[in-house]
Amino acid sequence: MKKSRSRLVANVFLSLVALAIAAIHVVPLWITVTNSLKTRSDLSSNWTLPKRLVWDNFTKALDVGNLPRAFYNTIIITLVTTLFVVLIGAMAAYPLARNKSQRNTLVKTFVLSIMMIPALSLLVPLYVLLVRVRGISTLWGIIPVHITFNLPLAIFLYANFIGTIPKDLDEAAIIDGCSVFRVFDRIVLPLLKPVTVSVIILTAVAVWNDYQFSVYFLQKPISRVVTLAIASFFGITGSDPNVAAAAALMAILPVTVLYLILQKYFVKGMVDSAVK
Amino acid sequence: MEKTYRRTDVMYLPALFLFAVFVIFPFFEGIRISFTNWNGFSQKFSYVGFSNFKRLALDENVRIAFTNTLIYGFGSTFFQQILGLSYALLLNMKFASRMVARTIIYLPVLISAVIMGYMWYYLVQYDGALNEIVVALGGSKQMWLGSRVSAVGTITTINVLQFVGVSMIIYLAGLQGIPGMYYEAAEIDGAGAWQRFVHITVPMLYPAFVTSITVNLIGGLKLFDAIMALTGGGPGYASHSLATLINSTYFGSQMAGYAAAIGLLLFVSILVFTVLLQLVFKKREVQY
Repeated sequence: MKKSRSRLVANVFLSLVALAIAAIHVVPLWITVTNSLKTRSDLSSNWTLPKRLVWDNFTKALDVGNLPRAFYNTIIITLVTTLFVVLIGAMAAYPLARNKSQRNTLVKTFVLSIMMIPALSLLVPLYVLLVRVRGISTLWGIIPVHITFNLPLAIFLYANFIGTIPKDLDEAAIIDGCSVFRVFDRIVLPLLKPVTVSVIILTAVAVWNDYQFSVYFLQKPISRVVTLAIASFFGITGSDPNVAAAAALMAILPVTVLYLILQKYFVKGMVDSAVK
Repeated sequence: MEKTYRRTDVMYLPALFLFAVFVIFPFFEGIRISFTNWNGFSQKFSYVGFSNFKRLALDENVRIAFTNTLIYGFGSTFFQQILGLSYALLLNMKFASRMVARTIIYLPVLISAVIMGYMWYYLVQYDGALNEIVVALGGSKQMWLGSRVSAVGTITTINVLQFVGVSMIIYLAGLQGIPGMYYEAAEIDGAGAWQRFVHITVPMLYPAFVTSITVNLIGGLKLFDAIMALTGGGPGYASHSLATLINSTYFGSQMAGYAAAIGLLLFVSILVFTVLLQLVFKKREVQY
């Protein structure tokens, strides 16, 4: 009796501590919410909601910042990049996992070392390269760059995963007269679903949130992605901070909702990528 | 069978092609540009030998940005480990709100760092939410981004709070991998809570420490988005990291050659620090 009571007290106490910590982490989001629901002339505290919620900021943000266009661009870039990262990544991983020759070990080390390169240290030459092929401010210009810098992690995750699939499976099919490429297509690929979920989440989140490449390679308003559109709300002096708050909330909404629904997969993806 | 698999090597050619075009070629091109006085857009430029690198060594702004990069990198990493491990230890216990807390603490990791930076603007500006608290507590309003110390400190804090979820998840995964019987055996042998923590939890978490520190350090040394959103490197050049300094040197000062040289400095520093870190970890690993 006594023990269950002290356990209850501990449960309540720990729950309150955890909620207090969570509350601290939610503060920036909350302050953005309160600001997004107020007019500019409203000088009440940042911490409180206004008596009458103002939803105009959201419609204004959609108009002023041309957010629909930015969402469209971001979705296209994210989808195409993710698709190619999955395809090229899974393909590249297969020989690296199955044919462990000296050359392939070298290739694998090379792929790993690319992960360490800070993309920004290559900013100047990459920019020059895209200028030369007229790829600046085009979606097809930035997509290959995104694919390239998201590939190493994908290759790595796929190679590790394929390594855990018994070779017997491939070899039985090969002996039955199936070509090795068909084996990859028909037997290995379907088995890669769990790791593919991780690769998709990691790539899509990275590309959706990208700012460092987009800010250089997508300079024209027409090619703007969401992060750039939001930056433009805050960058212009005299722009309405309350409209900007509404825009920022709309920008983070898709990832937030997806995360809340598919939390298990997001966390698994992170753990996969970290425990290399 | 070996021969059959060898044929599949062609399958990594598309990936290697992309790496060649967008990593290897730019890398050498960057080295070439760093030996020129190119301004970034004109057709004309000339090779100036090592003058960009000489300048780099003497440039006060580079020195500041380099120091800031280390503060962002090592400062963030340090606090992320302390907070992340504490959160993981707390949320590994069984109580009602643990899943809600985990979900909320990890959420900011998935939000674009540049948008997160802008959201913090409502807290750190002069009439922002933080100063309201300071005033309510009887203090006077602070300029949270007004000087080098405050700007670098504020940005590091924001980075820590946003990405502490990464360390938390890594440590949680580590904690869940420790077999419960180790603790039971130690308890039977009379080991107290602190002894169990020091002699079981800490050594068993060693791989998690390695992973978390490496991930955080690389992320911190590359810090770009939050700085761009909150200060753009200011006031003056006070809160620049090497990453943002490359940007302002290229597009602001239009010195592409010099920016490429700073890019090489960033590349080399990250390389050196990650290699050093791995060496430290390798050495310690033998002890366990």
